[in-house]
Amino acid sequence: MAEELLTISDLTAGTEDKTILHDVNLTIGRGESHVLMGPNGTGKSTLGHVIMGDPVYKVASGKIVFDGEDITEKTADKRSLAGIFLSYQAPVEVPGVPLYTFLRTISQMRPELKMTPKNFRKRVSELAAQLSIDEEFLGRDLNVGFSGGEKKKIEMLQLLLLQPKLAILDETDSGLDVDALSVVSRAISSYMSDYNGSILLITHNTRILEHVDVDKTHVMTHGHIVETGDASLIATIEQQGFESYEKEAAAELADEAEGAPEGADAVAEH
Amino acid sequence: MSKTKVQDVDRSMYDFIKPEEGYERFEDGLTPEIVRAISEKKDEPDWMLELRLKGLKKYHEMSMPANWGPSIEGLDMDHISTYVSPKTEQASSWDDVPEDVKDTFEKLGIPEAERSYLAGVGAQYDSELVYHSMQDSAAKQGVVYSGIEEALHGPFEDMIREHFMKLVPITDHKFAALHAAVWSGGSFVYVPEGVQMEYPLQSYFRLNAKGAGQFEHTLIIVEPGANLHFIEGCSAPKYNVANLHAGCVELFVGKGARLRYSTIENWSKNMYNLNTKRSRIEEDGVMEWVSGSFGSHVSYLYPTTILAGDRSSCEFTGITFAGKTQNLDTGCKVILNGKDTKASVSTKSLSKDGGISTFRSSIVVNKHAENALATVSCQSLMIDDISRSDTIPAMDVRCQSASVGHEATIGSISDDTVFYLMSRGCSEDEARTMVVNGFANPISKELPLEYAAEMNNLIKLEMEGAIG
Ligand SMILES: Nc1ncnc2c1ncn2[C@@H]1O[C@H](COP(=O)(O)OP(=O)(O)O)[C@@H](O)[C@H]1O
Ligand SMILES: [Mg+2]
Repeated sequence: MAEELLTISDLTAGTEDKTILHDVNLTIGRGESHVLMGPNGTGKSTLGHVIMGDPVYKVASGKIVFDGEDITEKTADKRSLAGIFLSYQAPVEVPGVPLYTFLRTISQMRPELKMTPKNFRKRVSELAAQLSIDEEFLGRDLNVGFSGGEKKKIEMLQLLLLQPKLAILDETDSGLDVDALSVVSRAISSYMSDYNGSILLITHNTRILEHVDVDKTHVMTHGHIVETGDASLIATIEQQGFESYEKEAAAELADEAEGAPEGADAVAEH
Repeated sequence: MSKTKVQDVDRSMYDFIKPEEGYERFEDGLTPEIVRAISEKKDEPDWMLELRLKGLKKYHEMSMPANWGPSIEGLDMDHISTYVSPKTEQASSWDDVPEDVKDTFEKLGIPEAERSYLAGVGAQYDSELVYHSMQDSAAKQGVVYSGIEEALHGPFEDMIREHFMKLVPITDHKFAALHAAVWSGGSFVYVPEGVQMEYPLQSYFRLNAKGAGQFEHTLIIVEPGANLHFIEGCSAPKYNVANLHAGCVELFVGKGARLRYSTIENWSKNMYNLNTKRSRIEEDGVMEWVSGSFGSHVSYLYPTTILAGDRSSCEFTGITFAGKTQNLDTGCKVILNGKDTKASVSTKSLSKDGGISTFRSSIVVNKHAENALATVSCQSLMIDDISRSDTIPAMDVRCQSASVGHEATIGSISDDTVFYLMSRGCSEDEARTMVVNGFANPISKELPLEYAAEMNNLIKLEMEGAIG
């Protein structure tokens, strides 16, 4: 396996009053692509946000190591500058902040990108062309009034501009038309091949994987990672759905809830 | 697009104090002797002295505003000197301005601004103008831009008499009466018919003296078909005693003329800013206000527009930012008298660290204002939960065919937005400042580049709590 980039060990996390993730273990190597699948509401987005450092969620136990450093207590900006990127399922609108100004600000925060004003202008133009984004968008306020597809493309623009070491892509493919989907999927593959990028891709849709070789697939239900396999697992899930995993997880949950693994139901489910 | 980026933030830019040695300073308080002495200094026409004395009498007769906005109890006129002068002749070259005063304006960037994009500059230091100058090209077109006192001694005396304190009568309120009594300094602008001013004029008012008042009078007359952008800037260093600003601005916009009046006000936080601004617009005339209120301890500021002529219109774009110890009561009043008149008011108010920001809009549509149209939109942003932002709309519509709309929103900075920006590398402070700058952006867009930069700088200072 490639050198470890992200290592999550025994991570339990949630909001103030609800545990959402239970004992999650996940290791992503440099340059690898991982797919995370699972029914709605199981905690996939939460995992992405916890890796990014969203203060809404509290880590109860476990740790997150990124690029050799324990980042469990670090704020999101530190994680971002260390090389983690989260493409949002629902990117936020920021009125009054022109996209172009925003892009310049966040690229200037990264001296390693060596973004002189001239380089920056050129780079943004190239990326806009590559992603079929009308340059007129650059003058508009960040995400304000953009369609779902446009927002996702703007996330991809930031991904390619910032060249992070790890990109968590949370349903970047949902709500896209065929053309946009192909643009986004090519952007992901170019991120991986051009910058040796690593991805954790949260998706329901395998179309987006057309241009990406998947190294590992994880299945999450009820906040547990219940299965990890290679790319072939995707096809299995496509055929069978999550039902069998759901049952397993329900059993585990029952265990936890009752604190009595010998309970009749739990035994029966196993 | 580069204008929203301000790198270096340095409060010393505003907060330096110059010694007052050798300055002429009248004793504190308000007496007929002091008013006569001011008048005598200025060697002004008799009618002006009469107006001053009438103002003083009214001032003593009128009571303090009660049940109105923030308290001004901390303001004691017995401890305010109404006249402080750096004892210098008004110059038309910066080389002739005394070193300490020149240094002040250089720190504020005025001579530099003048060189790069202004058609003329007036600079007032305490009670007197110390500098006034205008480009020859404007003078050749017949434009007059000078100290108002200077203008009173020339061919424009009659015109000034006809307009001076006519839009703002001395009986308007107690501080209008006070202004009439002790006004000193300020600019007079006359733009002749049809003259299009390509570059703005700017007057800058600096109050350096501790425990003093500044009472400048600005009178602008834009003749039919002419066009002017006038910029007003103000600042003061901070003291631990009250200072007072009670200026008066009267604007006359002729038929088909256009006037834009931009202000960035950054008084220090010991200042009572009780300022009166009013404009009257004739047929097809256009008035545009752009107003940024950042400073002062307490402000009462409600620029008023009278849309007198048919099809005249006005736009008011304003922002008020109240930080720690500030209670800023601002607003905008429009009186629609003419047919087919239009008013559009759009404001933003912000509050932080316990600051209180109140925006009052008042729209009056009189009965002959057929088809008048007025829209008011107020947005407030509370940066924490100990601060307050209120909007108080008032509408008085006496014409059936008029249409008046109002919308107000109050919001706070959402955690989702802060996290989104942080996940792209912004620190929490940077993220919040970015949201606030974004909120203010529709206003800064209306300002010339350099002033937009200054406004963003002020926002950044406020966000860092650097302004004490
Ligand atoms: N900020 C939050 N506050 C309360 N509940 C939350 C929050 N975030 C997620 N949840 C809950 O946690 C569960 C997992 O949500 P999420 O991670 O969005 O699921 P997925 O992305 O797998 O669809 C859901 O039940 C959701 O309602
Ligand atoms: Mg999700």
